[in-house]
Amino acid sequence: MQLLQRRTAGEAIFDFVNNVFMLIICFVTLYPVWYVLVNSFNEGADAMRGGIYWWPRVFSLGSYQAVFANNGIMTAMGVTIAKTLIGTIVHVFFTAMIAYAYSRKELIGRKLYMLIGTITLFFGGGLIPTYLLIRDLGLLDSFWVYIIPAMFSFFDLIIFMAFFRELPDALEEAAKIDGANDFGIFCRIVLPVSMPVVATIALFHGVYQWNDYFTGMIYINNTDLQPIQTYLYRVVAQSSSNQMMAAAPGVVAQSVTSQSIKLATMVVTTLPIVLVYPFLQKYFVKGLMIGSIKG
Amino acid sequence: MSTGWKNLQTQPPVRSGRGASLARKWVQQRHLQTMALLGVVWMIIFHYIPMYGILIAFKHFDIIGTISSAPWAGLEHFRAFLEDDNFWYIVKNTLGISLLKLAIGFPLPIVFALFLNEIRSIRFKKSIQTISYLPHFLSWVILGGILTTWLADTGMINQLLLAWGWIDQPISYLAEPSYFWGIVVSSDIWKELGWSAIIYLAAMAGVSTDMYEAATIDGAGRFQKMWYVTLPAIKGTISILFILAVSGILNSNFDQILVLRNSLNESASNVVDIYVYQVGIQQGRFSYSTAVGLLKSVLALILLLIANSVTKRVNNTSLF
Repeated sequence: MQLLQRRTAGEAIFDFVNNVFMLIICFVTLYPVWYVLVNSFNEGADAMRGGIYWWPRVFSLGSYQAVFANNGIMTAMGVTIAKTLIGTIVHVFFTAMIAYAYSRKELIGRKLYMLIGTITLFFGGGLIPTYLLIRDLGLLDSFWVYIIPAMFSFFDLIIFMAFFRELPDALEEAAKIDGANDFGIFCRIVLPVSMPVVATIALFHGVYQWNDYFTGMIYINNTDLQPIQTYLYRVVAQSSSNQMMAAAPGVVAQSVTSQSIKLATMVVTTLPIVLVYPFLQKYFVKGLMIGSIKG
Repeated sequence: MSTGWKNLQTQPPVRSGRGASLARKWVQQRHLQTMALLGVVWMIIFHYIPMYGILIAFKHFDIIGTISSAPWAGLEHFRAFLEDDNFWYIVKNTLGISLLKLAIGFPLPIVFALFLNEIRSIRFKKSIQTISYLPHFLSWVILGGILTTWLADTGMINQLLLAWGWIDQPISYLAEPSYFWGIVVSSDIWKELGWSAIIYLAAMAGVSTDMYEAATIDGAGRFQKMWYVTLPAIKGTISILFILAVSGILNSNFDQILVLRNSLNESASNVVDIYVYQVGIQQGRFSYSTAVGLLKSVLALILLLIANSVTKRVNNTSLF
């Protein structure tokens, strides 16, 4: 359509202004992140003087050395990686499995099951009753507190169901004739053909697991089990970044400051997400659409 | 329940009683039922048991006893909150921050999507989209770190303002209650603008090009096309998202405020969720804070129902 038309002067001005406007938004979005990155690569003591806007003034990897030499940070990183990987696999598999059962029209009690789930979208016990439940289940100070209470989400189930309903029935028929049971059909046929929606939910839940600091903050006292975000929270919000300095071993040169270690930790914590999401983004627009329209 | 040969195969036409055939059908789908019931059991444990736990809002619960053995308190805890000195400013902060977010943070992604939709180069459009939703994937802890760095006495904002001679003394933004709402609302927009726009852009992609061609022939300019073609086409999506936004209005973003608040900005930063956390988890007043949380949930539900019925009447779209 555009090819057949001539652009008027007004249109050209509109396009120009619009492009500039979009570039400004991009700049505003990216610059704060860039600022952190640049300052984390600058020598800490020098960075204190300020004025580092575009490029490191005195380049140094000291802050990163301090981060990677800090046992507390590394333990927290390990916990985060473990909970993100295990949590995401368990969440996706369990939620998809239930969604598959719910999506089958012949399932007896389907309406009741859906009602039970829908109610959970609108009502909840709130913070204290949930805390008491976690306590009574013996999940306080346990790694499983990251996995089990997060292994299912009814909202994600709706997204899965919308996808499963579109699958052709013939797919299941063939497996059934071969003698597979429903669980086998789900594992060997349905799950492998559902990669777009699996990727979407895995990304959402993976990001949730990676970013969650609250679970670590209220249910975990043992610092060996705290995730990196909780560690950072304690440093950022309680502005006790001197702890970080104190925890960094003596190999670190004087030029590293608590502020520069904080920035380097932020970069290290963010990097995995920034690296992963461009690969998965083609999937999640569709997933998000389904989720919000049918939800 | 369904028809077709798929069903005939799994359900042989045996003429026995209805109950008997239902039981037989259940046995046939026992694997399916097991899978479904695992979900039900999980939801009963992690959603319905906490709902039952709300009872402690009406009891004198203490940490040693059980919910059922605790003595009844009636509405005492609710009354205590209403009479609390903190009550009014907590309500004011919760509503103030939420309404600001709704008033500014809800329409902005629509405007952004409208203009992004007008970008001609597909490549440029995709790149802007990718960049604009990057902050959505960063946690509030990270953003809190960025914000405290920027807003500190020696931070970038103060450096620039001092250098330009706009201020003589550095301002401690996060220590000043009057700045808090502005910081919360604008940082929230910064984080979610691109992400919230995705859904509108997807809806706009579904608008038929015929409509735009017709509008062009009628002599419509770009703004007119946005206003008369694009916007009406995504009205349904806007309504649904508006209902969801209103129902979440009292959730004034716990994570964000927890990261940004401190003892100096407390008078502007204490919202219901923070208060429940402080009083409940930190001070161990379980019954009282559950009552406060319950009060909030009830209000949120009423708001959801109001928003739903309003959009239903105005726009003929609703959640239920």
